[in-house]
Amino acid sequence: MPEPVPLETHTLSVFVDNEPGVLARVIGLFSGRGYNIESLTVAETDPAARRSRITVVTSGTPQVIEQIKAQLGRLVPVHRVSDLTVEGPHVEREMALIKVQGTGEKRVEALRIADIFRARVVDSTNESFVFEIVGRTEKLEAFIKLMQPLGLVDLARTGVAAISRGSAGW
Amino acid sequence: MAYEQFTGAKILIQALIDQGVKDVFGYPGGAILPVYDELYQQNQIRHILVRQEGGAVHAAEGYARSTGKVGVVFVTSGPGATNAVTGLTDALMDSVPIVCICGQVPTHLIGNDAFQECDTTGITRPCTKHNYLVKSTADLARVVHEAFYVARSGRPGPVLIDLPKDVSLGMGPYIPPGDIQHRTYQPRVKGERSLIEQAVDMIAAAKRPIFYGGGGIINSGPRASELMTRFVEMTGYPVTLTLMGLGAVPASHPQFLGMLGMHGTYEANLAMHGCDVMIAIGSRFDDRVTGRLNAFSPGSRKIHVDIDPSSINKNVLVDIGIVGDVTHVLEEMIEIWQAKGYHSDKKALKDWWRQIDQWKARDCLAFHHSKDIIKPQQAIKRLFELTRDHQNCFITTEVGQHQMWAAQFYGFEKPNRWLTSGGLGTMGYGLPSAMGVQVANPDALVIDIAGEASIMMNIQEMSTISQYRLPVKVFILNNEYMGMVRQWQELLHGGRYSESYMDSLPDFVKLAEAFGAVGLRAEKPDDLDDVIREMIRVPKAVIADIRVDKAENCFPMIPSGAAHNEMLLGPADKAERPISEEGMVLV
Repeated sequence: MPEPVPLETHTLSVFVDNEPGVLARVIGLFSGRGYNIESLTVAETDPAARRSRITVVTSGTPQVIEQIKAQLGRLVPVHRVSDLTVEGPHVEREMALIKVQGTGEKRVEALRIADIFRARVVDSTNESFVFEIVGRTEKLEAFIKLMQPLGLVDLARTGVAAISRGSAGW
Repeated sequence: MAYEQFTGAKILIQALIDQGVKDVFGYPGGAILPVYDELYQQNQIRHILVRQEGGAVHAAEGYARSTGKVGVVFVTSGPGATNAVTGLTDALMDSVPIVCICGQVPTHLIGNDAFQECDTTGITRPCTKHNYLVKSTADLARVVHEAFYVARSGRPGPVLIDLPKDVSLGMGPYIPPGDIQHRTYQPRVKGERSLIEQAVDMIAAAKRPIFYGGGGIINSGPRASELMTRFVEMTGYPVTLTLMGLGAVPASHPQFLGMLGMHGTYEANLAMHGCDVMIAIGSRFDDRVTGRLNAFSPGSRKIHVDIDPSSINKNVLVDIGIVGDVTHVLEEMIEIWQAKGYHSDKKALKDWWRQIDQWKARDCLAFHHSKDIIKPQQAIKRLFELTRDHQNCFITTEVGQHQMWAAQFYGFEKPNRWLTSGGLGTMGYGLPSAMGVQVANPDALVIDIAGEASIMMNIQEMSTISQYRLPVKVFILNNEYMGMVRQWQELLHGGRYSESYMDSLPDFVKLAEAFGAVGLRAEKPDDLDDVIREMIRVPKAVIADIRVDKAENCFPMIPSGAAHNEMLLGPADKAERPISEEGMVLV
């Protein structure tokens, strides 16, 4: 057997016409061809031109990653696919809202760690906090891990948004 | 600028006329009635009423593939749409340009589980190149023109327009087709010059080269086939073609090695295995072609020309991948070859041809003749010999053993004359497809080479053939088995012929007569020529029931999971190793 090819994780920006069904086309392509979606965010970024940006974090062998880009590129409403992972430095951010329930020492500890991670409290009761945290996926995951024993009861994440560094536009 | 206002149905018909549509295949129903009403009131578009919507899409495929034009289909909502799905998938897999207009319940009922409602755009999204749900009559003209552009541009494919009844009854502006500059979809047709130059350098330096051409050459237009043949002749290199590419280079050409792949010739497959430079033109390294991937042509450098970027490096990693239309790329290749004064390496090529001739000497398509029983290979061979002088002959097929024998024994001299379901492998493709070919080419001799199992899948279209007096010939190799299923059961499942025997078959002669056609039968080898001649002579539709050897298997064969150099040449040839478990799970 040939040696298994290591999997790579890539962050792709897909610029699409914001027309009905466009997200279904993109997601259907991933499910239909057995590709991975690790994270997906989508929103209209140019309302005047009705254009949206989809950010997909995906993993696969280098050959599969190339296939994913080629397959996305041939969807009719897709303007452009850019692979931020190979195209140069870029910034990735994700936001999470994390609800932690507890009283006493655990509650104090949660607040102390939140401070270290620069998470903000966006809702509070006598026995709970909702933290808002922004950062790279790894940072969010480290924070979530620390919150688990301190009473994490609910969690919402946005998935990754990403953009290239420097002055060039899309 | 103010455009004239019409109903959606009239806009649709006008747009089709302006797109040059002459014939439409379809079946009416509630949601598409306004379109049929408009159709009734004009004389420029002829409608062919099929007997089931699946037949309409295959007929449009035959129409499109024999003419190079876009095939057009009308179906109604719900079951009309779902019946069209197989044909659409078939057209997607084989890159056939189709525009399918599908009725839909009115917009205010969409999502309400209305009568004959289904999520047509949802169902057809993965089986079309693109699809549209038109929600306003104002958008309709643009969408129709865009659909034709998308269907025929780049790698062609089926496009569906879902048309709610209120949109076809509502009023909107008719906008004529202009020079469409699509916002996003502009496929690349010119290859990158520097890559083409590198490719030609590599081609010129080859010692054991082979051209491996596919359906992309046919789709690129007749000029691509001329250029392909010219480049093959300039280089003196051997050429093989895929099932979809047959006719791109004349079958009688001395440099043609026959089809490659699972049931390809020994010489084509071994030349692919042993080559040092492979030049893939408009082919897609399908699993039926490559056999076991990790043993596929291990020592070669590979050049791949394809209009679809996702075809390149999908199954097989290549050294030079050129995205572009085959016609453009071949033109540049020939130009560069001439400009640089290239010549092939005569000595190396001579050795290579000597090797190939040794493989050819195995005569891999040989079969045992019989005096008592018609061999299916013999039937196709005679059909070919008795029709080869016919100026205008088209062959369609169903799917199975008869399809492979047709590919092996019928020699195609020209492109667009061979229509078969390659990618999806749709039994029932051949009869409606032949119908579409005959509509587009009324004076041609159109023959559906069929099996007795496949033909039953769309036999209802005999009624359409009768209605429009289409002189389609159905040539059934009747072995009373789903032959290819039986062959696999013999090779892989211990001869346990589970459900592959065709019991209670109709009397095909009487069946032909019931549909107003002529029925013929050949039971002995001596009958064969007379039946074929009579079939050609009769100016009517014919079903010819050719009773062939029930036990015959299709060879040569690369067993599933095996490599090109592990072919079985005949029934006496045992695989060097039993078919592996990995091979068993492959289809």
